[in-house]
Amino acid sequence: MFLLVGLLAACGGPRSTGSVVRVDGSSTAYPLMEAVAEEFMRAQAGQVRVTVGVSGTGGGFKKFCRGDIDVAAASRPMAKEEASLCAANGVRFIELPLAYDAITVVVHPANTWAEELSVEQLRRLWEPGAQGALLRWRQLDPDFPDLPIRLYGAGADSGTFDYFTEAVVGKARSSRGDYTASEDDNLLVTGVAGDPGALGFFGFAYYEENATRLKAVRIRQDAVHPGVPPSRESVMQGRYRPLSRQLLLYVNMDHARDQVAIAEWVHFALLNAEPLIDEVHNIPLDALAYRRAYRDFDAALKAADELAMARVDSVPSSHGTDVR
Amino acid sequence: MSASRGKHHDRPAFLARRRRRERWAESALGAAASVVVLIALGILLTLLSESLPFFRVVGLWDFLFDTEWTPLFERAHFGILPLLSATLLTGLLAMLVAVPLGVLTAVWLSEFASMRTREWAKPALELLSSIPTVVFGYFALLFVTPLLQQLIPGLPTFNLLAPSLVIGLMIVPYVSSLSEDALRAVPMDLREAAFSMGAGRWRAALWVVLPAAASGVTASAVLALSRALGETMVVAIAAGQQARLVFDPRDGAATLTTYIAQVAMGDVPRHSLAYQSLFAVGLSLFLLTLAFNVLGYWIRHRFGELSR
Repeated sequence: MFLLVGLLAACGGPRSTGSVVRVDGSSTAYPLMEAVAEEFMRAQAGQVRVTVGVSGTGGGFKKFCRGDIDVAAASRPMAKEEASLCAANGVRFIELPLAYDAITVVVHPANTWAEELSVEQLRRLWEPGAQGALLRWRQLDPDFPDLPIRLYGAGADSGTFDYFTEAVVGKARSSRGDYTASEDDNLLVTGVAGDPGALGFFGFAYYEENATRLKAVRIRQDAVHPGVPPSRESVMQGRYRPLSRQLLLYVNMDHARDQVAIAEWVHFALLNAEPLIDEVHNIPLDALAYRRAYRDFDAALKAADELAMARVDSVPSSHGTDVR
Repeated sequence: MSASRGKHHDRPAFLARRRRRERWAESALGAAASVVVLIALGILLTLLSESLPFFRVVGLWDFLFDTEWTPLFERAHFGILPLLSATLLTGLLAMLVAVPLGVLTAVWLSEFASMRTREWAKPALELLSSIPTVVFGYFALLFVTPLLQQLIPGLPTFNLLAPSLVIGLMIVPYVSSLSEDALRAVPMDLREAAFSMGAGRWRAALWVVLPAAASGVTASAVLALSRALGETMVVAIAAGQQARLVFDPRDGAATLTTYIAQVAMGDVPRHSLAYQSLFAVGLSLFLLTLAFNVLGYWIRHRFGELSR
């Protein structure tokens, strides 16, 4: 069965105009990537195929720096080690901002006590030292009831995990391990929505989609600032700190130069980001940012083109290896 | 047959050809069987060789007695007990459902149901085992758990109770089918002797036939247990995926199989300790189910001889 599908795909590939855009990465950005891909394929009338994977930001970067995919969607900037892996493999890329996200801390709707939590409290709750030790709500605040606290959060492969731990605990990937960890945000939603003692965190889109079954916690950055709920306004005004972040696109420039469809896809994503972002409950950047990203991408495309030309002129034999 | 032999017995070429054909078929069959055995051996060897580096880093003592399992996090603990406790608890609860239901079904099928009823009831039961387990998983999460939440206040969405009950239901055919074979193999004279002593059908079935088939029934239960221990999808979907030492079925937990599925689907780098832990967990599961299979085999043969 799979073999058959594979064969059909193999036959179908070259006969169409031959274009596949391969996107992979963040699960937070997945709904947006999926929406962009769908609209783009409709606009291209089936001439181009777009595949969207959900390997998590880290998993996406690994594939991206091996040159296996064309675009990596990320919910955190690329780390130094990842960038050097890209460099070692000769993958040249550009980073483009696409949307905002607010990592949303959620509790069960019946939870009346944790309307607001400070970053300090979140740190005490999630730091590695809390593992097997901080297990009841009362330990977090003496005013809270003496109920067991059950935790749900992003899995260790996800950019949300990296970002949350860095923003809350102070060190990326430093977290307690005794919680329900999954890359599947829907599983986390289901878990929190059915458990009165639950606390979880994931991307804003998944919260808003299930807003009737969940309750978002206001985040108090420090003793000076008041608690701020995650919302479009609070994020765009830069008040939802430290848990708001940008969703980013990484585009392989050599692939984009060789395949028109990839460049077209990037243009399409930047031009149509705003309405689509609304549809999937992400938070848009301001219009200027999209125009700037568009310009940056075109400049990079031109530079990649010239660079390639120059290489062809000077050392023709090296061209073949460089494309990879 | 005898006619064709009469015609051909004086043609040795034909006989030689037939012998060759037989030999060829025999070796093909033998090859098929040995492929299966070789694959099983290969799996065992892979598990052993890949988990060896794991045990070089994590001592066997820590693996067996540490009560935390957090291999992907900063404070990495590699105690198999949480995964093992969830696995055994699931298996135990599933057996509490599957054994009574399965055995009673088998008794009914073999001793009470008419030929006609049995003809459709048995395939209908076996249909249960052809439902994909992912369907059972969502059945547990979206139907059984909400139902249980009405009865048990405060039951979290992810708990071991619902998937265990569903797995129990799922493996009823394993128990009933094999048990029924064992019950039907009990010689008719035993039943007749019981009837002649004045026993009713119930009495004969439960006090004479069932004990006589005890070895087969027990073996079926043990096989069903290893099936329950190895079940992945149902628990991965409905029991949450957090490894914790559990004794209360109302808690959610990760079983051995859940952990393997969860990590294998993620993007753990090869040759990292987390990656090797997959094989250590796989080996544990393999040894666990192997132990139960051997036990089932032993019971069947040991007591099978005695009851005859």
